[in-house]
Amino acid sequence: MATTEKLTKKQLKADHPTWCPACGDFAVLASFFNVVQKLGIPHEKIVCVAGIGCSSRFPYFVNAHGIHFIHGRALPLATGISLSRPDLHVFVFGGDGDGYSIGGNHLTHAARKNVNLSYVIMDNQVYGLTKNQTSPTTPVGRRSKTDPRGAIDRPINPMAQLVASGATFIARTHAAQVKHMNEMFERAILHPGFAVVETLSECTMFFPGAFDAGNPRKGGRFDLVDESTQDLKSTAAAMALAEEEFPGRFGVYFEDRKPTKNELELEWVEEARAKAPDLSEKDLLRQRFAGMR
Amino acid sequence: MSQAPASASPELRNAVIRLAGHSQDGIQSVGGFLAQLAGSTAQDVMTYMTIPSTISGGPSIFQVHLGSGEVLHPGDEADTLVAFYQDSYENHLSSLREGGICFYDSDQVTDLREERNIRHIGVPFTSATIEAIGGSAKDRGKNIFVLGMLCAVYKLDREKLTEIISRKFGRKSEDVLRNAMLAFDAGYSYPVHDIHHMPFAPGENAEANRISADGNTMLTLGLIAGGCRYGAGYPITPWSSIMEQLRSELPKYGGMFIQCEDELAAVALAIGASYAGHLAVTGSSGPGLSLKSEAIGYATMAELPLVVVNIQRGGPSTGMPTSVEQSDLMQAIYGSHGDSPRVVLAPRDVEDCFYTALRACRIARDYSTPVIILSDQAIATRIEAFPEPDLEEHWSEPMLDLSTCPADCKPYPLDRITRHAPPGCPSPDGKYPVVTGLEHDEWGHPSANPEMHEKMSAKRRAKLITLANSLPAPDFFGDEQGDLLFVGWGSTYGPIKEAAERLRKDGYKVGSIHLRNIHPLRNGLGTMFRRFKHVIVPEMNDPGIYGFGQLATLLRSVTCNPNIRSLNKIQGLTFRVREIYDGAIEVLDQN
Repeated sequence: MATTEKLTKKQLKADHPTWCPACGDFAVLASFFNVVQKLGIPHEKIVCVAGIGCSSRFPYFVNAHGIHFIHGRALPLATGISLSRPDLHVFVFGGDGDGYSIGGNHLTHAARKNVNLSYVIMDNQVYGLTKNQTSPTTPVGRRSKTDPRGAIDRPINPMAQLVASGATFIARTHAAQVKHMNEMFERAILHPGFAVVETLSECTMFFPGAFDAGNPRKGGRFDLVDESTQDLKSTAAAMALAEEEFPGRFGVYFEDRKPTKNELELEWVEEARAKAPDLSEKDLLRQRFAGMR
Repeated sequence: MSQAPASASPELRNAVIRLAGHSQDGIQSVGGFLAQLAGSTAQDVMTYMTIPSTISGGPSIFQVHLGSGEVLHPGDEADTLVAFYQDSYENHLSSLREGGICFYDSDQVTDLREERNIRHIGVPFTSATIEAIGGSAKDRGKNIFVLGMLCAVYKLDREKLTEIISRKFGRKSEDVLRNAMLAFDAGYSYPVHDIHHMPFAPGENAEANRISADGNTMLTLGLIAGGCRYGAGYPITPWSSIMEQLRSELPKYGGMFIQCEDELAAVALAIGASYAGHLAVTGSSGPGLSLKSEAIGYATMAELPLVVVNIQRGGPSTGMPTSVEQSDLMQAIYGSHGDSPRVVLAPRDVEDCFYTALRACRIARDYSTPVIILSDQAIATRIEAFPEPDLEEHWSEPMLDLSTCPADCKPYPLDRITRHAPPGCPSPDGKYPVVTGLEHDEWGHPSANPEMHEKMSAKRRAKLITLANSLPAPDFFGDEQGDLLFVGWGSTYGPIKEAAERLRKDGYKVGSIHLRNIHPLRNGLGTMFRRFKHVIVPEMNDPGIYGFGQLATLLRSVTCNPNIRSLNKIQGLTFRVREIYDGAIEVLDQN
């Protein structure tokens, strides 16, 4: 990683977040600042990408190049940035609605293509920006404005879905566990390929206490994946972790170095260019015209 | 307009040949060879094809209009029909003009209709091909047999034609080429002695370096010449051949074209590449454009350059995927939520696809805005011949500018056109911009201030007004005032021009213009229209409940001219010259 002068928190801070007091996303933002500072990523090479939602306001709160896109499509947008600009560090931020519901299809495909980027999903199990509707991860029975009798649809299992999609780095953390979150973000950023961190981040306004079971300070338990015994390259082992009852385990579920989409596409570009190394681009096109005579 | 093949006239100036068979018979390649030959022998050509939307097989035609002078349309009626099967014979005999010739496969067509004045010539395409090639070739190659036969009948340039065939088949394998040549020679020497040979007059299109291609190919190459190196798409007919070509071509130019999981991802990916500082393209056909429209609105709001190609087809919904229609004009101009002005251009023929794509790239960059290219199925798939573009004049270097952001790094200045500093650009004062779809102030901060929304809406609108002021007058053909003015757009260019020419020969004062800038329109069209008693807008779309097609509706609202009328065709087929001519006569004869 390029080393320049270390960035200060002051340099990285932008607008004061519009999140509600005590929202879990504040800790995620602070953790992101920490890790970016620690890794010494050049300021101008940081790109923050987001779709729509409370957590998707993230780019406004980071003083770095950023783009706030439409609902659910942050991943394909980030794919375009990552593939066309391998020099950049692409970070995608979003929530459970943006990532698992309206953008669910893109999650599967960005994962299987192994696009080089880091994706932080701030899962609060509720739609917050639109004020308390059922989300794709809302537990059965929870009441919301769209499920006044309690949610009836079974929630998706994010970890199982990520494993099934073929993501090459999959981790799970809790916004109340700052040290752990720092570690997960750092490992995700250093992983070449599609790296995703499912981050339980409480909505104190609409779903307070949702993740207390995973927080020892609130009487819950924060059980870690034991990496000394876990085979991180095994999807079956990762799937077994994903099947555990809530709050389950935290840590890296799966990690494997596979060719990235970026590398594979560039290989083709280099091969194609090598076939006619002496021709200018204009002459290449002229050659094509000659074949049409 | 075509002369009787068997008349005393020694030389033909035009011939319309219709090949009718099934899609697996390779009649498209025969048509393609004839078109390429025409291009390389200074003749003009326009082709027309129908493709079944079945997965494999099904009836299909390929029509070639060859001419010594300018060819403006694929031909209303055929002079020669080549029928491969009984059903092709029965379905297409009516497309043959009185006195035309029908070559039919005597192994397949057994029941002849001799009631009209048509010369029937039976040739055993199937068995003669098998005999020529031998082995287990079955009847594969009978298309090339027919090509050889047509080469002899029309006294086409045999040497050039075989050279074109070798170039195509030589790439495959020796065997394939050998068989093709055997079939060609058998067809060439087959005795169709009861007709006179019909030699062509020499071609008059003397420009050097003529090439022949279809519209989707020229659009692809125009994007490359325009400096577009990145893009994304999803397969849909008839857009797919552009994405296939970009996928193979762009890596040679250091770029990439990515096949996405859906249309939404494709437009998002292109916007991502464009935000990253490259000019990017996405494209589709009608239904896909609908899916992309939210993101196109975003590109307007965020002020990002983007080229969007829409190869229109028969709609609505899945509609008629392999037929032609011009029914996406309103969708292209207005299809998004909110007020989201964007530029819409329409190529008028195959050659123009290249220049339109090039211009779309320049406009997208210069104005930092989305530009939609509205082509259609007819231009996309037909082959024409034209001079090779001069790249010294028509070329834009792709550029990725990562110099430092200007000191005042406002992404959305109110007093000038937005120039984004892409990620990677260092900022001298340490402040970085956020590109956004929320209404924003000049620095990109979200803002719901009523005055700011008004000012930013004006900023986005103003670019199109600036562009409109810079547009050249549309090419005028025919009379500049008088009885009737045709106003067209897209693939109807040739038939409209030809119809205008015929009406002028009949003594009417008729002009025609063809709009290549659909949005914004060029200033001053109203003044132009007022010089004519009638303005007719021929369009391949539905006149709707108020009786006006999509362009006609737009022109009436812009010019408030009550003399604008619509002439619509909604069969999924291109206009015949005759239909436009008759529609005009009906209007002219009312007064």
